[in-house]
Amino acid sequence: MLQFRDISFRYKIPLRATVLVFVTATVLTASLLLREYRDLRRDMLDGSARWSAVLSQTLVTPMLHDDLWRAFEIVRAATSPGGGEQASAITLVDPRLRIYVSTDPARYPILAPLHERGEAAREIASLIDTLSGAESHSVEIGDKLYVITPIDADGVRLGHMILEHTNTFMQSRFAGMWLSATLVTLFVLLLILPVSWFWGRRMAEPLVHLADCIGKVGATIPPPGALQFEDSKDELGQVGRAVERMFDELREKEGLEREMLFSERLAAIGRLTGGIAHEINNPLGGMLNAIGTYRKHGASDPELAARTMSLLERGLLQIRDTVSALLVEAKAPSHPLAPQDIEDVHILLKPEAAKKSARLEWNCELPDEIPLPATLVRQVLINLVLNALQAVEAGGTVACDIGLSAEGMTMVVRNDGRYIEESRLAYLFEPFVGDSNGRHGLGLWITYQIVTELGGHISVQSEPGLTVFAVDLPLGLAVEMESAS
Amino acid sequence: MAEAGADPVRIGMTPVFLDDQVGFLGAWRDYLAQALGRPVEFIQRGSYREIVELMRQDKLHFAWLCGYPYVREQRWMRLLAVPLHQGRPLYRSYLIVPAKDTATSTITELRDRVFAFSDPDSNSGYLYPSYQLSRANTSPANFFRRSFFTYSHKKVVEAVALEVAHGGAVDGYVWDTLARTHPELTGRTRVADRSPPFGFPPFVAGPAASPALFKRMQEILLAMHDDAAGAGFLRQLNLDRFALGTPALYADIERMLRAIGQPGA
Repeated sequence: MLQFRDISFRYKIPLRATVLVFVTATVLTASLLLREYRDLRRDMLDGSARWSAVLSQTLVTPMLHDDLWRAFEIVRAATSPGGGEQASAITLVDPRLRIYVSTDPARYPILAPLHERGEAAREIASLIDTLSGAESHSVEIGDKLYVITPIDADGVRLGHMILEHTNTFMQSRFAGMWLSATLVTLFVLLLILPVSWFWGRRMAEPLVHLADCIGKVGATIPPPGALQFEDSKDELGQVGRAVERMFDELREKEGLEREMLFSERLAAIGRLTGGIAHEINNPLGGMLNAIGTYRKHGASDPELAARTMSLLERGLLQIRDTVSALLVEAKAPSHPLAPQDIEDVHILLKPEAAKKSARLEWNCELPDEIPLPATLVRQVLINLVLNALQAVEAGGTVACDIGLSAEGMTMVVRNDGRYIEESRLAYLFEPFVGDSNGRHGLGLWITYQIVTELGGHISVQSEPGLTVFAVDLPLGLAVEMESAS
Repeated sequence: MAEAGADPVRIGMTPVFLDDQVGFLGAWRDYLAQALGRPVEFIQRGSYREIVELMRQDKLHFAWLCGYPYVREQRWMRLLAVPLHQGRPLYRSYLIVPAKDTATSTITELRDRVFAFSDPDSNSGYLYPSYQLSRANTSPANFFRRSFFTYSHKKVVEAVALEVAHGGAVDGYVWDTLARTHPELTGRTRVADRSPPFGFPPFVAGPAASPALFKRMQEILLAMHDDAAGAGFLRQLNLDRFALGTPALYADIERMLRAIGQPGA
């Protein structure tokens, strides 16, 4: 469900402007109409009162002479179409408030007491009782207007004339007014709305542009000049400048980061190169020593020659080990991983655990063969468990959980041995970051390379008493398998 | 042609017929003037009484009056001619009520209602209904809640049609004529009762009319139906022709007059 607050300013501002214009026009028109209606009503009552005064004069003689028919003819002429402009009925009452004659004899029969002729008549009767003076009075009862005019002859009251106006006359005049006012308002709205829509959109445009630019941050940083705004002093200008400043700073930060990453990489390469040099240099020293000794003493000593050869061989083998460990071949042919492979690792490592008198908890929940290269996965698992066994004290525990999740295969290896300091965590997966035991430190680097090759992810958490390595390997990744096995 | 400058013959007209047809009256006046060889003036007044007074003062030569004032003033009025309506010199008084009143059949059923008379000097519009009430031992003032005069038969029909009055007394000849010319008006009324026939409102001559003028005028009226123009006027008046009348024709009116205690002066 789209809510108003979710709508773009591109529409929201014009919509608000439209509502504002519409409400303004409506209120203005309504107030003008109301005034017009009051004026119309007042004019009508004024006109009616003047006309009543004239009419009442002509009724003096007939009423004085008790000429009922003449009086009737006068009031009838006054209410006939074209005669009296608005009166719908005229009723004459005598001083005792009985009907003298009416143009509506069905409602007001001759000589009937006025107050008995309905609600309105009763109100009029009580009003006449309170009236004095020769002026007309008007009163609105229900949807009708009444103008009451005394008929006096030489100071003697002969009766009253009651003019009845139905509101239909007013209503039809007012309806005409209303219609024309509405049409004019609509016409004005028709003129104003496109303008307000245009201005509203113009006002929203910079906001929308700003939002677009800011929305891109995260994925990219808009290049310089992508953000366009009017260089004004209003809020939009201020926001525009602030955002531009923010972009500049972001770009600067990005540059710095890139530089830092580069120098860090250089440092890593330096460390790697140093490590390799060190690993190769050590046997080289021994081997050169052995060759020197052989030259000095051993040309005739076949035993020394044999010892020297053996020493050289061991030295070269060590170098070959180091070099081959650096060449991780992720794409080496392999068969799919089966639960048996994991169990093999378990059997393989049991003696190691026994040697350290550590407890190895093994929990494998692989249901069946899964499309992952068995050799590589086994190597990862062996490396991690061996590291863990290395870390635990005697009687410590190493736990291994292998299972399947929605994302793929998971391996979690925990130990309660020595924890890894935070300073080392950052470089943990680099080669030759040896631990205090002086191991060459390629195990975790190789593990990291394999996991990355397989499109997976490795993470480590360490605190005193608990170190956890977790590996996620997706199953979808196509790996060359089977073909070679 | 009328003699220019000659003393005009003055004729009083009353609402015993539809005297509000100004165009018709003008044409009829010209017809009479041509026949008489003298100018003719029609004098119209609001009530019969005013016409009778003008005649008493010799300001009118002739008048078309109701039988009632004729009977009252017959000592000095002479009967000139009597119109024939539907072949007879007779007409009736009608009691009319609003069309929606389907029950009333006599005037005595209208106790405490509002009643419209035409003229206090009209036979059909006042004398006859008063006579009926007097036979019931009452009078208009006591019997009705309110009664009023419209001074015209046609307006009595209007008063009843508009339901200002619950009943009215009207000249039957006028009502019948209106039923032909204004059916939308008479259609809103219903004739509840009809009186016995009375002598038709006559043309009378006053003292101002010389015997020669009397004779000439009588000849013209009696012969009106013989020429096309005169016959046209008669047709418009819804009359057959004029005839000589006798005072005996109005004996019934005189009898009613005596009965309600207003003997001829």
